[in-house]
Amino acid sequence: MRGIMRLRPNTTLVVGGILTAILIATALLSLVWTPELPTRVRVAMRLKAPLENGFLGTDHFGRDVTSLLMAGAWNSLAIAWPAVLLGAAIGTAIGCAAAAWKGIADEIAMRASDVVFAFPAVLSAIMIGALVGSGPLAAVLAIAVFNVPVFARVTRGVALQIWTLDYISAARALGKHPIKITLQDVLPNIAGALIVQVTIQLALAILTEAGLSYLGLGVRPPNPSWGRMLSDSQTYLSQAPWLAIAPGVAIALSVLGLNLLGDGLRDALDPTLRGRGVPA
Amino acid sequence: MSKRILAAALLFSASLVPAYAAKTSLVVGMPIEPPGLDPTVAAPVAIREVTWVNLYEGLVRLDRTGKVQPLLAKSWEVAPDGLTYTFKLQDGVKFHDGSTFDSADVKFAFDRARDPKSTNAQKQIFAPIASIETPDPSTVVIKLKETSGNFLYYLSWGDAVIVAPETAENNKANPVGTGPFKFKSWTRGDRVELVRNPDYWQKDKTKLETVTFRFINDAQAQVAALRAGDVDAFPNLGAPELFAEFQKDARFKAVAGNTEGETVAGLNSAKKPFDDPRVRKALMHAVDRKALVDGAYSGFGRPIGSFFSPNHPAFVDLTSVVPYDPEKAKALLAEAGASNLSITIKTPQMAYASRSAELLSAMLAEVGVDLKIIPTEFPAKWIEEVFKNKDYDVTIVSHTEPLDIDIFARDTYYFNYKNDKFKAAISDAAKTTDEKARFAKYAEAQKILAEDVPALFLFQLPKLGVWNAKVKGLWENSPIPSNDVTEVTWDE
Repeated sequence: MRGIMRLRPNTTLVVGGILTAILIATALLSLVWTPELPTRVRVAMRLKAPLENGFLGTDHFGRDVTSLLMAGAWNSLAIAWPAVLLGAAIGTAIGCAAAAWKGIADEIAMRASDVVFAFPAVLSAIMIGALVGSGPLAAVLAIAVFNVPVFARVTRGVALQIWTLDYISAARALGKHPIKITLQDVLPNIAGALIVQVTIQLALAILTEAGLSYLGLGVRPPNPSWGRMLSDSQTYLSQAPWLAIAPGVAIALSVLGLNLLGDGLRDALDPTLRGRGVPA
Repeated sequence: MSKRILAAALLFSASLVPAYAAKTSLVVGMPIEPPGLDPTVAAPVAIREVTWVNLYEGLVRLDRTGKVQPLLAKSWEVAPDGLTYTFKLQDGVKFHDGSTFDSADVKFAFDRARDPKSTNAQKQIFAPIASIETPDPSTVVIKLKETSGNFLYYLSWGDAVIVAPETAENNKANPVGTGPFKFKSWTRGDRVELVRNPDYWQKDKTKLETVTFRFINDAQAQVAALRAGDVDAFPNLGAPELFAEFQKDARFKAVAGNTEGETVAGLNSAKKPFDDPRVRKALMHAVDRKALVDGAYSGFGRPIGSFFSPNHPAFVDLTSVVPYDPEKAKALLAEAGASNLSITIKTPQMAYASRSAELLSAMLAEVGVDLKIIPTEFPAKWIEEVFKNKDYDVTIVSHTEPLDIDIFARDTYYFNYKNDKFKAAISDAAKTTDEKARFAKYAEAQKILAEDVPALFLFQLPKLGVWNAKVKGLWENSPIPSNDVTEVTWDE
């Protein structure tokens, strides 16, 4: 936790922070206000260009694109956040255990991570969709599953370093239980690295959620989703290009913002890591 | 050196420019590849779209307006009791393998199709047959057990084409028929090639030398293939929103016709509250069909008020029987004690279905009905849950078989709809041989459905045909699943 106190702002951090703040603010605002009801269908107003009707025009059902984008931001985050947090929780627990007990436990945890890594998120989403029915739950679980090994590895890597420090050796010599050491000494020291990783994984999760919704595996219609806006718009590309551009830009900016924020946080939290990649 | 190469290249390319003569090849694009090429043993529409009247011929055929016309049968007589059909066959007809076509082939083909072991998809065609006699090579006498008003019409279908005993077994992969085109090759996943049959019995009927069917599933790839000239015609373009561009383009002819596909949102009549006709009617009143077609199909489908194709001569437009009237919908729901209804719609992934479901959900919300969309993968999951187990409130799908209004008379069909008056009308129609009387019965049946609303009747799937403006002779509507290229010619 001391890492956060040492936070020093830099350009990357500021730009990333602003973009991410806009994303979150938009998502929250959409809960209380959108220019139009995002699900309101007005067929007579279909495919109106930006500014002709609403700020960003209307889609093939005459829905307001601005409102869809705003509500889509919330749906994106509503899947990405729980998915990453779930993946981070399980992955961190596995990583900490692997670092604490090493040996066979470490080996099993890391080889299992390799196996899970081998499945792309889309594939596990289809599998999970077949088990629990495709929908938001399947999307959350699928994204969580592919986050588990990421966090397991990052945690194990940084935790192993901490375990070699003298004060940990001292604690062990005093007979402190490994779980207690992990909770009281290791976790606070690796929190910075984990926060950075959460930010970066959030960006990936938003991208994956868009991909899953594009394939019809994520948010269910009529709830708006950036991915489905993209897949709906592709056959209208020559008639109504704004339908594809709007969610495309939204996804790109959100992912860019979170990535910059992650990079900026890493630099700010630990100057010694500057220029080096976070192990993933 | 390089100049010489350039000169050579120019010379070479000049020799490739053809003399200005009308083209004699045609490339037709189709969205789905057929699983085989024998329409008498399997149901898929794609089989008929390659083979019907191009490769195989029946005793009779449908013309582009949906009327029965003679083909391998020159003429026929129906006995006054309607139970004996005597067909006179064309002379000089040969199969593609050189063997002669005669009455024995007809008997073989029909006996094969109605055999209990046959996998023919439309056995109702042959069900009324009592016996088939062949007094001489050019005469076939078919005796029926009971009168069948649609017997001749059914014989025009791909399921009743004539195949030869020597070759029937191999028709799936190596089709042999009597049609104007012979099978040349099939590159799986890509194309089927047909070539002109020089021994065809109607001399000079066709102008084309080769016909290629290419299979392109993705709508954008279909458009690209048309633009690039890789495909000359797409009789059924995949995406209506891309169709509009071709309407503005003078190089192409873009025609929106009708298919046999009635798109309906089936209501489970065995389940509360759909057992109450007032509720069903209320839901129909809540649907603005015109807006639905605009949003779901870029305005190309024709709104329908009952379950009958506008291609069929007995069609009656009944869209005004239960018109769009949200106030009346609310009143009817209140009267039936079904206000604040919360129901689900099991929706296949096809664009027309999921878009329609989204629009239905929005329209029903206006009258206080909460319609939740449940994506249901087609065909496997939909067939299992909706079609077989009838576990649904509302569902949506297009019924593409021609003349299939009788599905509402089947007790075990997924609508769970039971109406004795309707059943009587349908069975009367099937037995009536007089055309006018039969059509009147069909009109009556259509009206019963329109008033009783066993399903929300939405729109007829359009046939969005796009082809090179110089191609002439393709069909604008499809009264039967087919791509009849026998009358196609190129301008110039």
